[in-house]
Amino acid sequence: MGPFEAALRARRDRGGKCLVPYLTGGLGSWTAQLRAAAASGADAVEVGIPFSDPVMDGPVIQQASELALRAGATPPAILDELGGADLGVPSAVMTYANLVDRAGWRRFASSLSSAGVAAAILPDIPLEETGPWCAAADEAGVETVLLAAPTAPDERLERIVQRSRGFVYAVGLLGVTGERDHLAASATRIAARLKAVTDLPVLVGVGISTPEQAAEVCEVADGVVVGSALVRQVLEADTPEGSVEVVAEVVSSFRRALDAG
Amino acid sequence: MGEPDPTGRFGDFGGRFVPETLVPALQELDRAFRSAWADPVFRTELDDLLRDYAGRPSPLTECHRLSEELGIRILFKREDLNHTGSHKINNVLGQALLARRMGKSRLVAETGAGQHGVATATAAALLGMECLVYMGEVDIARQELNVFRMRLLGAEVTPAVSGSRTLKDAVNEAMRDWVATVEHTHYCLGSVMGPHPYPWMVREFHRVIGTEAAEQCAALLDGPPDVVVACVGGGSNAAGIFSGFADDPSVELVGVEPAGGAAVGRGVPGIVHGMRSYLMQDEFGQVLEAHSISAGLDYPGVGPEHSHLATSGRARYEQVDDQEVVDAFVLTSRSEGIIPALEPAHALAWVAREREALAGRTVLVNMSGRGDKDVAQMMDVLRDRI
Repeated sequence: MGPFEAALRARRDRGGKCLVPYLTGGLGSWTAQLRAAAASGADAVEVGIPFSDPVMDGPVIQQASELALRAGATPPAILDELGGADLGVPSAVMTYANLVDRAGWRRFASSLSSAGVAAAILPDIPLEETGPWCAAADEAGVETVLLAAPTAPDERLERIVQRSRGFVYAVGLLGVTGERDHLAASATRIAARLKAVTDLPVLVGVGISTPEQAAEVCEVADGVVVGSALVRQVLEADTPEGSVEVVAEVVSSFRRALDAG
Repeated sequence: MGEPDPTGRFGDFGGRFVPETLVPALQELDRAFRSAWADPVFRTELDDLLRDYAGRPSPLTECHRLSEELGIRILFKREDLNHTGSHKINNVLGQALLARRMGKSRLVAETGAGQHGVATATAAALLGMECLVYMGEVDIARQELNVFRMRLLGAEVTPAVSGSRTLKDAVNEAMRDWVATVEHTHYCLGSVMGPHPYPWMVREFHRVIGTEAAEQCAALLDGPPDVVVACVGGGSNAAGIFSGFADDPSVELVGVEPAGGAAVGRGVPGIVHGMRSYLMQDEFGQVLEAHSISAGLDYPGVGPEHSHLATSGRARYEQVDDQEVVDAFVLTSRSEGIIPALEPAHALAWVAREREALAGRTVLVNMSGRGDKDVAQMMDVLRDRI
């Protein structure tokens, strides 16, 4: 078992619910934001390495990615900084296949482990295409988190959880990342279907927008990934210090809701 | 040009690099297409529509004055004479019938120059389906006429405002839409690109171009032409016409890319829009913006089968610049009375440039679309010449 899964299991074993905030790498004071998230109750963090064509992302993460790229963000620079960030919790990177392919599957996997990154989430590498990446990641000791969508039949969910490491990322709704007014019924349903077939931590992401929604889905799920709701506040912050403060506030509010639930 | 392998690959290229949400839909599409393509009822229905609605077969035109001027025997496969003005209708009628057969009531599409968008809006009107077309904000500005045509046909046109705001970003938006609506929506992809089964399925829907052209050439020439030339953005018209000649090694196949969007010529293999293929990208894998006078070819990638045809050596890919395209646009208009779309003007530009090397040979050019949509843009470009 890798450090990412260990951290989530530790929380679950204590009877708690897991919280994994997402932040876009290379955007403003992002490493300070990550440290604030870790200090405010995150069990682990997810760092986006921005890609020019993020098809799984809605407007907020798209905007954050574009801004980071315009500011000169590159995968090696982000991994360099992440390696020295001293977060105190395990980290995962979330990025797209082409950045991995361009570097080379094995080289990218080993650059993750050199930077102390525990896990990787690649939303445009579905189960059938995982072969070369998972081989490289397994060799480098990187946990590959697979996504499981509401459209998958039961037998596919079983194959996904067998190949997933760290946790299984339950896609809460039909759609791309972004905030929604209400928790989709599909979020609880996919969490329940996954809980029925795996002992891996089941975290729901995509469309988890408020602490209340997080608590609601965690009646079934083991935890949540919170991205757009957090990144939107980062984008709206007036100053670098303000962005760090708002991350601390938002992550704390999710932590409190999960602890109370 | 046969079937890809079970993972959807032509050699090293293709595959299915999409969000997990879409995989079951792509598997369903693969099954539905196989079943429909083997079903004589479906084939007859499509053939009837292609004949009675789209106007197929499209003629083969021998271009006497252009031939004389360039010293090459030049034939045009007249896809510009199809209903809606380009080859795009072949694929769209096929996919719309397939979508209906699958019980989907809504079509989404991406478009660059607007030809695929117009064709999709047309098929949606014909079959009584809902239709939404994503188009880059930049392209909406330079293809005003096609935007109006789509809206007139009852389709909604939504601007893609991220990234380069051209075709590449319209594809991203269409895929994001489909991730959210996959249960009742079919993504009517407009070229031989994207995740499996699209590159193969779209080529099969355009195979009719090559099949007809091969028969027409056989009747006219007692054999195939020496060279078959087509423009390549994603590569659908090229795949269609190549498919009629690829099995005959004596026929040279040439794809012509815009210099500013030459995925095969200037790209390296990469993964975007669901496929592994040649791609214009930077050293870190960020996709570069294409630049071409023709919105329809303004795309940094290319269909995976073209990447395979290029690496296997069966076809070769050449580049022309915008000025050569403008010259060919004027030349063809004046010597044949055919105003070409800017896309096939790329193929013509290559023929005109290579006239010495091609002297005395017979060259078949896929006239993939007519130039009406480009006239407003060309009025500005040619103001001092005409």
